[in-house]
This record gives sequence, C-alpha cells and structure tokens, in this order.
Amino acid sequence: MKICVLVKEVPDAAVEKRIDPSTGRLDRTGEKNLNPFDTHAIEAAMQIKEGGAVDVDEVVAVTMGPESAVRALHKAVSLGADRSVHLTDEALAGSDVAATGYALAQTLEAESPDLVLLGQQSDDGECYTIGAVVADHLRMPSLTQVIKIDVSDGKLRCERQAEYGYDTVDVELPAVISVGDAINEPRYPSLKAIMGAKKKPLETKATGDVGIDASMVGEDGSRVACGNFHDPPEKDPGQIIEDEDTAETVEKIVAWLDERKLI
Amino acid sequence: MSNILVYVLHYEGEFNKNSLGAVSEAAKLASELAGEAHAIVVGEGSDVTDDFLAGLGKYGATKVYRAKGPDGLAQPVIDAMAKVIDSDGHKYALFGGGLLGFEIGAGLAARKRAGVTMEVTEVKVDNGELVAARPILQDSKISESRYKGDLGVIIGRLNAFEASERDGGGATVEDVEFELSPWSTKATMVQRGEQRGADVNIEDAEVLIAGGRGLGKPEGFEQLEELASAFGGAVAATRAVVDAGWFPYAGQIGQTGKTVAPKLYLAAGISGAIQHKVGMQSSENIVAINKDSNAPIFEFSDLGVVGDLNKIVPKLTEAVKAKKGG
Amino acid sequence: MAAANGSRNGLVVPAQFPPPVNPVQEFVSPPTDPEDERIEVGVAIVGGGPAGLACANRLLQLLADDEALTERLGEVPVAVVEKGKVCGAHNLSGAIMRPSAMQELFPDVDPADWPTYGEVPGEAVYLMLSGRQSVRLPTPPPFKNHGNYVVSVAELSRWLADRAEEAGAYILTETSAAKLLVGDGAVVGIRSGDKGRGKDGEPLGNFEPGSDVVAKATVLAEGTWGHLTGAAIRAFDLGTEDPQVWALGVKEVWEVPKPLTKVIHTLGWPLRTGAKYKEFGGSWIYPMGDDKVSIGFVAGLDYADVEFSVHDILQQFKQHPRIRAILEGGKRLAWGAKAIPEGGYWAMPKLAAPGMVICGDAGGMVNVPELKGIHYAMHSGILAAEHIYRRLKAGSSDFSSYDEAVHDSIIGNDMYRTRNMKQPFSRGFFLGGAITNAMVATNGRFPGGHWKTHPDKDQPIFRAGRAKGYPKPDGKYTFDKLSSVYITGNETRDDAPNHIRVQKEVPRELAEMWQWMCPAGVYEVPDDAPEDGPVDVIVNYTNCVQCGAITAKGGRLTTPEGGDGPLYQIT
Repeated sequence: MKICVLVKEVPDAAVEKRIDPSTGRLDRTGEKNLNPFDTHAIEAAMQIKEGGAVDVDEVVAVTMGPESAVRALHKAVSLGADRSVHLTDEALAGSDVAATGYALAQTLEAESPDLVLLGQQSDDGECYTIGAVVADHLRMPSLTQVIKIDVSDGKLRCERQAEYGYDTVDVELPAVISVGDAINEPRYPSLKAIMGAKKKPLETKATGDVGIDASMVGEDGSRVACGNFHDPPEKDPGQIIEDEDTAETVEKIVAWLDERKLI
Repeated sequence: MSNILVYVLHYEGEFNKNSLGAVSEAAKLASELAGEAHAIVVGEGSDVTDDFLAGLGKYGATKVYRAKGPDGLAQPVIDAMAKVIDSDGHKYALFGGGLLGFEIGAGLAARKRAGVTMEVTEVKVDNGELVAARPILQDSKISESRYKGDLGVIIGRLNAFEASERDGGGATVEDVEFELSPWSTKATMVQRGEQRGADVNIEDAEVLIAGGRGLGKPEGFEQLEELASAFGGAVAATRAVVDAGWFPYAGQIGQTGKTVAPKLYLAAGISGAIQHKVGMQSSENIVAINKDSNAPIFEFSDLGVVGDLNKIVPKLTEAVKAKKGG
Repeated sequence: MAAANGSRNGLVVPAQFPPPVNPVQEFVSPPTDPEDERIEVGVAIVGGGPAGLACANRLLQLLADDEALTERLGEVPVAVVEKGKVCGAHNLSGAIMRPSAMQELFPDVDPADWPTYGEVPGEAVYLMLSGRQSVRLPTPPPFKNHGNYVVSVAELSRWLADRAEEAGAYILTETSAAKLLVGDGAVVGIRSGDKGRGKDGEPLGNFEPGSDVVAKATVLAEGTWGHLTGAAIRAFDLGTEDPQVWALGVKEVWEVPKPLTKVIHTLGWPLRTGAKYKEFGGSWIYPMGDDKVSIGFVAGLDYADVEFSVHDILQQFKQHPRIRAILEGGKRLAWGAKAIPEGGYWAMPKLAAPGMVICGDAGGMVNVPELKGIHYAMHSGILAAEHIYRRLKAGSSDFSSYDEAVHDSIIGNDMYRTRNMKQPFSRGFFLGGAITNAMVATNGRFPGGHWKTHPDKDQPIFRAGRAKGYPKPDGKYTFDKLSSVYITGNETRDDAPNHIRVQKEVPRELAEMWQWMCPAGVYEVPDDAPEDGPVDVIVNYTNCVQCGAITAKGGRLTTPEGGDGPLYQIT
C-alpha cells in the first residue's frame, strides 16, 4: 500500500499575520513551519505503517509551495515519510482553494496512492476543504474531520464528528481522508531522523511534469478573487453594571439577555 | 436574474438550523437578484415527504429538489447538485455552517470549476452579483470574495445566517433524477449521529459558562454547572484552573486550549488576559462577572458586571430557570 | 523557620534559599547511549546565536580548504544545537554592533548586504532628572557610536544561520542541550533533551528520549549564562576572581510614524540614585530604519527593592514626555527580555577545558560601559573555530591556546580596560558616576585596583515602595506582562514539565521579589499566602521567556523542551 500525505508550509502561529499591501495577498514572509494539522496526518500514516494490519510500502510527503516549502518536507521526512515530492512553479502563485486542490490532485495522480492523508485545515488559509477538492479530481471517496481510522484489506473504517454526533463510515480504498487534531498525538522526531532528513529523496516537479493545465491555476485560473481587506466593524463598547443590590443586578442581566433572545 | 441553490441538511425529521438560516439568507439575496431561492435535500428515508419539504417555503424557498441518496454523506450530494445546476443554471450555491457544507461545497467547486469561499459571515449584492465576506487572520480582518464564471459557491460560518420564517405558501417539490459517481458509492454510513458521553461538546454549545481563578476553589464550579444547566449550555474553564486541577483539560478555552464562538459566553471570575481572550473573542455575546473593576475582560465584554460572583451566580440561575420555566 | 535563619540584619537574602539543584551531579555525566546509537559529529556547537554561528561559519571556511580534516570529522563536521524554534528565536539585545567581526568573518560581503539597519546616524545621551524633565549630556566616550551599526540579533542570527547551513552546517533547532558529556576528564559532547514528558516528568505517549551527541570538540555558546556553562564552570573549576553578575534588559520594538534620527541612551530616572537601592542601569532607544525603533531598559539584578520590576520601569519610562514623543502615534510590534552578564573582566571564567571552549556572553564577554557584546561574541566564535581547527589537526583536544588568544585579542584588551567601570555604581549614582568617569578618562588606570563583584543573590532585599510609580497599563503605550508574553509567540504546551528550580517555602519578601522581577509573570504569590510566613510560590513556567534572571536571583533556569519559549523575530 502506498500512502501519500499532503503537507503545507504555513506561517508560524507566533508570526503576526498581515496582508501584504503590494500584492493583496497574505504576507508569507517571516517564519514558516509545517502546518500543525499535517503532523497529525503524518502520524496517522506512520501508525498505519507500524500497525501491521496492512503492508505499507512507502509513505510519501507531497507539497505545493515556493522554494522554502522544502523545510516542511524535511520535517515530514524526519517524522517518518520515506521520500517527498515538491510541486513548485511560478504559474501556481495566487491559486485559490479549487486551483490548489486541482494542482495537488494532478501531482498525486502521478503517484497512484492507495490512501491520501492530510490535515483537515491549515493555519493560514483557514479553509477546511482541500481534501474534498482533491478527492473529486482523483475520483476517490473522501471524508473530513476524521478522528479515528482502522485499516483492513482494501478499506477503512473511519469515525468523524459531524453535525449530529459521531458518524462511523466505511470507505473503500483508494480514498482521501482529512484528519482532525484529535486523532493522535504526533511523535517528536529523533535527532538522528532530523539529521538524516536531507538525505532522503526529494523530487521537484513543475506544472508541466504532472500535466497541470496552466489555465486552471494561478491567479488567472482561479474563479474567486479576494480583496477589499478591511477591519471588522468596531464593536460597540460594552455596558458595565456595578453590583450594589444583587437582586436588581440580576434583573438587569436577565433583561439584557432577554433583549438579545439569549434566554 | 440569478437563482440560488441551497443545500438543506436534515436528520430525524428536522431540518438543520444552519441550513434553515442559509435558506432564509438565500431568499433575501435572491429577491435582490430578481431570482429565486431553491433548496435541495438528499435522503432515502421515509422522512423526506412532500409535506416535510414543502415546509421550506416558510423560510423562503420557492422550490425544493428532492434527490434520492444516502443520508449524511457529501459526495452523493455533489452529484445531485451538479446535475441540478447543469440543467437549471443556478448561479450560486449556498451552504449553512457545518461539516457537510464544507465537504459538499468544496467538492462542488472542484466539479464545476467554480470559485468557493468558506467561513462566510456576510453576503451582499453588488451590481447584480453576490459578494461574500469572511474574516481572516484570526478574525482580525475581513476579506471580500467576488466570483468569476458561471457558478459561485458560498459556505457560511457556523451560526452566520439567521433562520427567519415568513408568510406565504409552501414550496413546490421536484424530484431529481441523477447518477451517482462511482466514487460516491464507495463510502457507506455504518452509524450516524452517535452521542458520546453525557457532556456537551463545548465547541458546539450555544451557551458557555466559563470559570477562572476568581472562583476561589474547585467547588466554585458547582454553581456554574447549575447556571449552565439552566441555560441548557456547557461549562468551560481557563488554563489557570485546569492547571490547578479544578477542571478537566477538555474544557479549557484559550491559546493553548479550544477556540469557541457560542451565542453567549459568560465568564465568571476570569480576568481576561489575552491568552484566554483569543479562544473566545468571536463569541456573539460576552458577559463578564468579576469583582475587580480593572480586569481586562471588561474592555471587551458586551455586558460587564463588577461584583461578587458567589452572590450573583446563584441568583442569576434562579432567575434564568424562572424565565425559562415560566 | 525561614525568617530567622535566612536574613542579614533582619533582611532576607535570596542566596539563603538556594534552588534544589546540583548542576554537576545532574547535568554532567558520561554518555549513556549504547555506542552504536550515539550520534557522532566533528564539532558540536551549543547555541545558535552570534557567537556559535560565527564559530560554525569560520570552521566551515577553514574546512572548505582542508579535505583531510573534514573527512576525519565524519559525516557531520559541524553541528549547531539550538533550543529555540529557529536560530534567533531566543536572541534579544539593543543593539549596536561594531563592524569588525562581520568584516573579519565575511570580508567579501558588502556591509550594505549585512542584516543591519544601517550605520548609527547620530547620538545623544540624556540624564532623566524626573518624570518630566531631562537634560542632554555631552556624549561621554563610552557612548560614542560613530561607524557602528544598529542591528537586531534575532535577525542577525537568522542570517548567520542561513549562511552556515549553506556552507554545510547541520543546524539542529528545537533541540536543547540538557547534559554535558564527559569521559576521562574531558568533555566529549552533549546530550540532547528529552521530548514528550508530562507535568511530573513522566513519559507521555509520544516520549522521545534525547540522544548522546559525541564530538571531538564542544563549543559552549549558550549566551547569558547557559545551562551547561554553569555546570561546566563548576565541574572543571573554571571560575576566576569574581562571581558573574547580571542585569536584566526588557525591550520593545515599535512602529513609529516619525523617523528617529539618532541613537539615544539615558541615565537616571526612573532609577533611584541612592547607594542603598543599588539601581544601576539606563535605557536605549535606537532607530531601526525609518519606521521602527527599538526601546529598552536595563538594570543590574543586584537591586535591593522587593518591588523592582524592569518591565514596569520600562512602562513607567515610556511616559516621560521626551520618550512619549518618540512613540506617539506608534504601535508596539514586539517585546522581550534577556539577562546580560555584567561582571566584566574579573568575572570572566576560564574559557577552555579539555575538549571544550566557551564563547560569547556565556564567557561574560560584555563590555558594560560601552554596551557592546555582539562583535566580541563573534570574534570569540572566530577564534574558537581557528584554535579548534589547529588543535584538531594536530590531534589534540587541548584548546587552552584559545583562552590565551581571547585575552590577547581586542576582547581581552577592551574587557581589561573597562574592568572596574560598573562596580563603583554600588556607591550610588553620583559617586559611582564620578569614579567611572575618572576611569574612562584614564582608560582604566585611575583609580585602578580590583573592584570586586558580589553575587546578585547575596544582596539583601527590602521593601522601598517602588511599585507606586508603575503605571496601570493602557494597552496602547503601556502594557501588562501577560499580553507582552503573548506577542513573543510563546506557546509552550500546558503539560510540559517545569523547567524552573526554586525552593519551596520561601519568605514572603523573596516570593514577592520574584513576582516583581520576572518580566513574564512566571512567579505568583498565592492569594491565600500568609502575610508573614513562608510562601509556596506559584510557578507559571509556561509563560517563561527564558531570560535567565531567576538564575541570578536565587533560583535556576534549566532548559525546557526544545522548541519551547519565545519566537523573537526582530528583537
């Protein structure tokens, strides 16, 4: 079985995030790190590999991003991936969610994975949807917010938390599964693994190498344009009650709540 | 004139609140676009009767498409919606907050090569087109999306769209014939909607009563449990009291805990340091009770009460019970 | 119990309540991993700051032309072990840097390409007379900075790390050096810290033990009193004349609408001038380009007032009209804190032991009167590289020639020249100032002699009402500690083990002193603590930004899990 894990490099949570006024896009300079949710995906892949229920031939980390994204791949490899693939191309800059998912799907197609794992969301785009886009292009079943995976021959039994409680869903492989952070506690890489990461094979691919139609990616290929970044409306200053007569205070609180249909 | 197709989730004979909100929102927008709001419901149980579906007319849908397919899974819905949009040319697809909205909306955008925006908090009409606004960068900025092409997909944030009923007739119901893609048959629901544990998941609760060091002792949480019970909500805690062992980590809100955005967040004995604030600042209504008038929480609460929580909370619980019961 | 035997003249002395730690026993040991599991490197450098990275860069320059030695050093000739998320994450300074070390290390790089904010545009020194008044002083010689550069050491470290990596260094970030490995009386490497332990030290589900990293040479470049440096000095008896003493600096970076056109230093208010208060220090405000300034306050940690808080003094200081005018209309971008070794020449430890050398701030190489340390750190790293290279080529691990070289270099000369310049301030601001001026004028010769330093924790403490002057944070120009810690990017996990050692049950004054001292709000006196009796201080160690102040004032900072702590970017 071959598992591909989609990983993404995102600005570190500590970096103050802002929009770059000159490009109108998220300012991605500054510290970057492997998207924390993706570490859960890598851990899930490793647990399947080490679990023994199925034979996993290799775990491949795949990312789409600028040159610096190799760091995310090194991290993924230090956590156990056997090799990595880096899709990078000027033409991809400014891709929206749908375009990004398409580009990743094309890259994955070349790998013919049995299972694609990814973190359910990324710290920067704050989207929860790449998995669904990738799955549609790959023509595979997909689930997101999965917090438990049991693998047996050719299929998965997944648990995920949906609107009405926990759903248990059986999924036939090949499939695309987005995992939530509750699924596992990611391991720490050993020093040896960190030092060995750079030696593991890393392939770099451009759009032409994986048959990406340039008209479907990049800023021009994206069907949604984001702009007009502005501050949210100022919140009205709150009201303060000094409690002197508690019965009266409580009355005021109840009236306030009632006004807002909170009771 | 543009029509909007709204996905409506249902379960055990009831429509999902967020879906109803989306229908109401779509109806409002459609009228500005000189178009109509149509709903689509996918299911195979006996609950998707004509009467049941026609009831969506109360929320502004003029037509409801009924598609036969497994409940609770996203990909069959993508197939159904794609078919409807292909034949009837809806310009926008709208989803209320919730898991399936993300899965279906994103998959639909992939299928139809359309633009998609998620976590949308507001939609407006500009020049005959819809513009979707969403918060970004941890709610510090708003970004607006405009769509190119034949279809725009809008996925709302949880609780962003308010359901509103109106007078008027029921919606017409139309059955949709469509084919399931081969991969849409590869996922099978084994068990749906299993409730686990007696505790309400704090991330889903509409009302959260949170306690901090100001409670003074672990027993202080007992009065908060009572208040939460009166509201039908859940109890949460700050890092400091979780550290001290007064409350389990599962209820911790803040930078290193959970992020929540309930309708009502009542903070008792919480100072409001930023490490806590970032976990609850998007709550719709914030009420704070603290005996220290200088506590930072009063700078961002909607209603601040300076006083002794041990006196106020029990009385408030009684009053809430009375109001609800009476 | 505590009050009686822990005081001098009835005053509490922090040193009487030592932390429960035995550095040599706990942090120095032979390798324990099976031989085939040890990680072998050529030279292990502990600390990815200017000193460590200058050493790494210089070593790789030398090795580039020396195939034979490179081969002998194995697969990993140079490894840098850094506990922060990236190099620079735990670096903080004013700062103004003399260019000599950069020029020596990278003679082919144009200064315009250095990661600096340009040359110092001009300078001014003010004596703050009160909360409203100040007077400009003619710039005393130590404060002349013509030809020097304004830098951010957090940025400088990142730049140096990138170059070292390009040259072939293995930079192991998020890795703490928890133990010094010894064998046959020599240092043979370091042991990296464990990851994945819980609050009580118990291994969690994803526990990953540290590894023994054995090296032919170990460079301790941990900065202001590194964890291993303290243990090494004790284990190898490297302490010299005087104990090390420290100051604490708290710094902010601001975006400002009006460019600042000169570097500013101030003395005086809000510090008190009386000798008994022992308040020594001052502030700096440096332009960082046209749109930012770095502003900070430094004070010696041998102060006496229980309520002394450098963070709050900085907030108070910002209210002075002259300072407020600089920040007007601006926005705070960053905050941080770090301790600085101030013992000068007499407190520098011996810098070499078999198999090991000490560089930079860890070796006390800070010129206090002239506020310089970065270029010394880098020069020491360069010298360490050169001497290690030579000695390893000769098949030896005796690096004592490095120690001599440091003392013969500009580092030793400058440290010696300024050797007595801080200590006179223990006589108070005016007398101290006069004495130091005399020293400056005579290049250290008059009054001469050896003014001893005394450990900060030996200073008795008493209440003298400092806190009255601290402003209530307004969230715009003045800030509280918690929101300041937040913007350092500190996200240490809640169930991490406590990395701070302090004694349980200490006198009230000591507990309060720690509470005020710590810029990150780590120490708290519990609400129900007795007014007079012993206090079991609450340690919110997840707030810790690893400034090191606690080590000076009666506790001990050990290394937390690698990757924890702040992520300084422009400090």
